[in-house]
Amino acid sequence: METLWFILVAIMLVMYVVLDGFDLGAGIIHLWAARTEGERRTVIKAIGPVWDGNEVWLLAAGGTLYFAFPMLYASSFSGFYLPLMMVLWLLMLRGLGIEFRAHLEGPVWHSFFDGIFSVSSGLLAIFFGAALGNVIRGVPLQADGYFFEPLWTNFLVGPNAGVLDWYTVLMGVFAFLALASHGALYVATKTEGEINSRARRTAAWTWWGIAFLTVTSLPITLNIRPELYDNYRAHWFGWLIPLMVFAGLVGMFYFRSLGNDKAAFVSSSAYLAGMLGGAAFGLYPTVLPASTDPRFNLTIHNTASGHYGLSVGLVWWIIGMVLTTGYFVYLYRLFRGKVTASTEGY
Amino acid sequence: MESALLVHRLHFAFTVTFHYLFPQLTMGLGLLIVILKSLALWKNDDRYNVAARFWARIFAINFALGVVTGIPMEFQFGTSWARFSRFAGGVIGQTLAMEGVFAFFLESSFLGLFLYGEKRLGRWGHWWTAFLVFLGSWISGFFIVATDAWMQHPVAYTQAADGSLALSSFWGLILNPWAWWQYAHNMSGAVITAAFVMAAVGAFYLLERKHSDLAKIFIRLGVVTGFIFSVLQLFPLGDQQGRLVAHQQPVTLAAMEALFKTDTAAPLVIIGQPDTVLQKMDNPIVIPKMLSFLTYRRWEAEVKGLDAFPRDQWPDNLPLLYYSYHIMVGLGTLFIAALLVAVFLLWRGKLFESKWMLWVLLLSFPFPYIANTAGWITAEVGRQPWLVFGLLRTEHGASPGISAGNGLFTLLGFMGMYLVMGILFLFLIRRELEHGPDIQVR
Ligand code: HDD
Ligand code: HEM
Ligand code: HEM
Repeated sequence: METLWFILVAIMLVMYVVLDGFDLGAGIIHLWAARTEGERRTVIKAIGPVWDGNEVWLLAAGGTLYFAFPMLYASSFSGFYLPLMMVLWLLMLRGLGIEFRAHLEGPVWHSFFDGIFSVSSGLLAIFFGAALGNVIRGVPLQADGYFFEPLWTNFLVGPNAGVLDWYTVLMGVFAFLALASHGALYVATKTEGEINSRARRTAAWTWWGIAFLTVTSLPITLNIRPELYDNYRAHWFGWLIPLMVFAGLVGMFYFRSLGNDKAAFVSSSAYLAGMLGGAAFGLYPTVLPASTDPRFNLTIHNTASGHYGLSVGLVWWIIGMVLTTGYFVYLYRLFRGKVTASTEGY
Repeated sequence: MESALLVHRLHFAFTVTFHYLFPQLTMGLGLLIVILKSLALWKNDDRYNVAARFWARIFAINFALGVVTGIPMEFQFGTSWARFSRFAGGVIGQTLAMEGVFAFFLESSFLGLFLYGEKRLGRWGHWWTAFLVFLGSWISGFFIVATDAWMQHPVAYTQAADGSLALSSFWGLILNPWAWWQYAHNMSGAVITAAFVMAAVGAFYLLERKHSDLAKIFIRLGVVTGFIFSVLQLFPLGDQQGRLVAHQQPVTLAAMEALFKTDTAAPLVIIGQPDTVLQKMDNPIVIPKMLSFLTYRRWEAEVKGLDAFPRDQWPDNLPLLYYSYHIMVGLGTLFIAALLVAVFLLWRGKLFESKWMLWVLLLSFPFPYIANTAGWITAEVGRQPWLVFGLLRTEHGASPGISAGNGLFTLLGFMGMYLVMGILFLFLIRRELEHGPDIQVR
């Protein structure tokens, strides 16, 4: 049962990264790829009807994490107190940037909100990457299951590292590039003309960065946490995940060079899902490794809620997800196709 | 440690109070917009659609603030109240996760459609999106109130060996009687806020001699729904809330009424200042025997005073509790009185000409916000010193290891941010009012 909920929470997080990832990415490239007011409005319109729903995946994943693994939620949220609060501020700024832009006319207001939207999107991507880096590297858990991390100490990986050290910063940069490329491919699928070709160009050069970091971060990660390798050694099907990452990477390159934006975007989604899935598969059954002493690791077993609660949860979770999938399919179908500055909406 | 706890409490209280300023309008307006859309279909009168479109724009701005201030709430259970989360997550994780899965997805998916899809969807399709947005916000309200109600009156749990709680009955949690009464009272309060806001905007336009056709629709709908829900709010809903408190949390009731000594035929204090040192009431104006009657339906019944409970079980901020409770009830009574006059004038066809009543309607829109906030302060401060009534004290619920300095840093950050957001919000609303309802479909 705990394993099942581990998988379900992981799926929700992957949904979050794939879906909200593209509108974060659109934000990252916003200032650069969209230059005129018309182009900027086009980008906002391309994500306008869907970004809030995408962000709900984070809330729903958080809620589900709370419900299924309360101890993990309590420990990690209080331990990452400061960075989480900053993530909250950025999420707030970003939401307001998108929503209020539509309500205030004038070049100054528009530039102001565009700037907020873009900068907060970029910083969020870096924070999320750094968060993943922290989970892989491990945190200074104490025997009572809690920890508290300062923002940074000396930037070295070790038992008293802060939230930011060279490894987590690297992961932050990695996430920034991966989401920028993901967003660029999305913007390319939704637009035409000048902005479309700029988005494609962004995807082209970020690809090289991503490919380089994918290859280099693997040995670094395995060096920091060799246990990640254990599950792959024990279960052959785990190797399908790196295969998916690789296929996604190749697909992104290949389909983009053919000019097939949709297929390139799908490849990028598969790539992101593979990267996250690979980390989750390697960590299992640990959910938050301790950098202090492996006995203090938080695992799915010592953090899960009661068996009864987890079983009834399954019933409503499935009903809820069927409904949600319905809304998303309906919404994306209704707003499918290219957008321009004069399309109705935002 | 002591001061870190204080910072966490202020942090939570500040952010949740600010958050609740927005959903109360969203939830109430959601209902009123569905009524407007239904009237448009039923009477086949496009003025109601124009009115709905105008309120949809206000709704959207308000909703955006509700969303961005709501996200921090969800996280704070973990960041600031980690030990509480570990203790109670096995139970309230259910309702909080269900809120995300059932309410937030529904609301956020259909709001965009409702705002920008009127042409694409047609009349009935658009009515449905309005209804689904309304439904989403009311489902959201239910799950969050059910969470709070469980903290007031914990049910359906078993305690594991490590002290944390696990759910023992799903339906027990959902059908918690406290949850349903609290939900009804709270939602009715939200409708009152929206009704007053709508009537105030109508009165504003009439006094400015603008958009008078639509202004009359706003006033009529606002005054009528406002009156109905204000009456419901007092009876049966408020009365039931009070009786639940009296039976399940008698110490809270004693503190809300500042009843220091156990008394038979206890009087109801209308006005008066509690003196917590001498433990008596200054300058009281009372209705004899009324408190006994209200709580036990017998004029001579004994009502337990604070002296019947050990001091460490008393709510820790007695004056705040007493005043917020009396402000809520006092305002609730005034709402009924004011709206009774307005409904009477409406019925006689004189409301739209009586300038003074329009001024009353215009100036009264802040008071439902005050009443709702005061109500929540009553509920939350009244629950003290418990975080989960009878099970977990507040000082045992905070996160370990987060210093007061870190907490204060983020509290100040939120304060600065909310100040800017609040100013921007008011500015945007003013612009929409200036702009007024327009006729075209967007
Ligand atoms: C427009 C808003 C409004 C108005 C006019 C009233 N209330 Fe209220 N009240 C609320 C809005 C509210 C609320 C915000 O919805 C609360 C806070 C927590 C809750 O669930 O509902 C609440 C809580 C609340 C509680 C506290 C329950 C607890 O401690 O958990 C009691 C006893 C009452 N109400 C009783 C009344 C009475 C007797 C009223 C007489 C008119 C009244 N309320 C008017
Ligand atoms: C489901 C909804 C809610 C939950 C689960 C909840 C929970 C909590 C928690 C955990 C605390 C901190 C402990 C404490 O200091 O008392 C608290 C305090 C507080 N909450 Fe709530 N709350 C909810 C809704 C609200 C709302 C909507 C408001 C106001 C509009 C509110 C107002 C307050 C206040 C004023 C305090 C401080 C009380 C004090 O310090 O004595 N709460 N609540
Ligand atoms: C501690 C308590 C609370 C938490 C954790 C919380 C959480 C949230 C979150 C995460 C959102 C954003 C949802 C989105 O992205 O669409 C939100 C919005 C909302 N909340 Fe809260 N909330 C709390 C208190 C309340 C209370 C007491 C009510 C009403 C009874 C309420 C009603 C709503 C509604 C209707 C929305 C939709 C947006 C809006 O109406 O402005 N919330 N809340």
